[in-house]
Amino acid sequence: MSLRVLRPGLLTTVQDLGRHGLQNVGLCPGGAMDPVALALANALVGNDAGEAALEITVIGPELEFTARCLVALCGAEFDGGFPHNRPVLMEAGKRVRVGRAARGARAYLAVAGGFALQPVLGSCSTFLPGRFGGFKGRALARGDVLDFRDQESFHRFDLLKGQKNSSVRWSAPPLTLADREPILLHVIDGQHAESYDAANRRLFLDTEWRIAPDSNRMGFRLLGPALQRAASDEILSGPTCLGSVQVPANGAPIALMADHQTTGGYPRIAEIVAADVPRLAQLAPGGRLRFARCSLETAADLRKHSRQRLEAALRGIAMQYGK
Amino acid sequence: MVQRLAVAVHALARPEVHDVVPALGGLALHFHPSFEGNAQEAAAALVEACLDAGLPKEPDVLRTIEVPVCYAPEFGMDLNDVSEKTKLPVQEIVDRHAAGNYRVLMIGFAPGHAYMGGLDPRLAVPRRATPRIVVPAGAVAIANDQTVVYPYAISGGWNVIGRTPLTVFDAGRQEPSLFGAGDRVKFRPVGRDEFLRLEKK
Repeated sequence: MSLRVLRPGLLTTVQDLGRHGLQNVGLCPGGAMDPVALALANALVGNDAGEAALEITVIGPELEFTARCLVALCGAEFDGGFPHNRPVLMEAGKRVRVGRAARGARAYLAVAGGFALQPVLGSCSTFLPGRFGGFKGRALARGDVLDFRDQESFHRFDLLKGQKNSSVRWSAPPLTLADREPILLHVIDGQHAESYDAANRRLFLDTEWRIAPDSNRMGFRLLGPALQRAASDEILSGPTCLGSVQVPANGAPIALMADHQTTGGYPRIAEIVAADVPRLAQLAPGGRLRFARCSLETAADLRKHSRQRLEAALRGIAMQYGK
Repeated sequence: MVQRLAVAVHALARPEVHDVVPALGGLALHFHPSFEGNAQEAAAALVEACLDAGLPKEPDVLRTIEVPVCYAPEFGMDLNDVSEKTKLPVQEIVDRHAAGNYRVLMIGFAPGHAYMGGLDPRLAVPRRATPRIVVPAGAVAIANDQTVVYPYAISGGWNVIGRTPLTVFDAGRQEPSLFGAGDRVKFRPVGRDEFLRLEKK
């Protein structure tokens, strides 16, 4: 009736789609860094897209399933031999080693029926800086036991088409994994873009940036040339957003991620469009990226297309369940 | 103005807008990623609709929050430093800080972390040269022309002059944050006994 953590991996936390409506009191939405992969993992086990799952980061955990259950792992590809992007029926007592990320950085392990957790402020996402939400407000540790909400949901496996042994012959598409790096991220101008001269704005767009090792769920630090702002006036602290690219005085940009601060006093040179943030979340430290400027209309189009791609994938999975 | 506009936009309760965030440098409307269309134009239309309908009156929007503070030396770790820098005796620092009428300018940095304006200019001191690794939850601190109350035990470089027994941010509370942007704040000095009694509540 549960999952036991034998080894926690680098950073394994419970995440759903986050808590909205509290940025005015300084609480960011948080939630899955790659909500697309989370939605796919949930769909593969017949859950709603926003059910809480385990977010696994770069070095995966070792887990023991103490009861029969239906699980799916989506997002980054790990080398532990666990089948990706498909529903897998787990027998009681089965032990799983997820391994290391071979492509991408984050994967989501969803279990049919979800985990038995108490939402905090409307969400089961773990908010590490505030030490609340998810499983005891922290990353999973050795010996933790997460109960399933429902013991019978593994029966959903019986509905599935294309069964083969304890899994299926088909798989869902990994929508947020890049085939090669550098990945291309679309940006619109940030509020302070114009306070950088043409040379520095070009430098921002021409540079192949690398993700710094000290990046985390709050922000990805980018390694490259230092950006210099023409104006030296102090900036009034303003609202920030998922995907804001802010530049502190040292000139090294920071892309704000799921657990970002809600306001900031650093100049914001660019805003990464919403559709591209999940692909950025799949870069590990050392990962390479470039920026390309686009219009607000293009940003809206990209958002629409990525949602349509996800919806098509979710429909395809639902059909395998005979829906 | 920004606070009154934020309250008005929030009251529209538009499903596509999931966060309305007032800050010193502007007002943010966060649209749900499923929103189709031009968010900039949509945001402008919402703001104009609110302005046309008339913003709520200031007294209807703004609360006054009384915050008990114990300024005893074991809580006000930097009182002596501030005293040296301002050339004011410790008691006068306490009196001047407690006499101030503060406004929450913005919430940011951490959940519930309120930046308050209205600090007596005589108390203006720069941040500490070396930030503390851990500033305790409830620490009342000053720097430049502002004062803050730390919601959690976190690192910080402000000059700590006291501590409140109130819980600034509690995720388990119906209203998790003690402060909201625009609130008026008064600090009330309390002794150790009252601090401990309030802390138990």
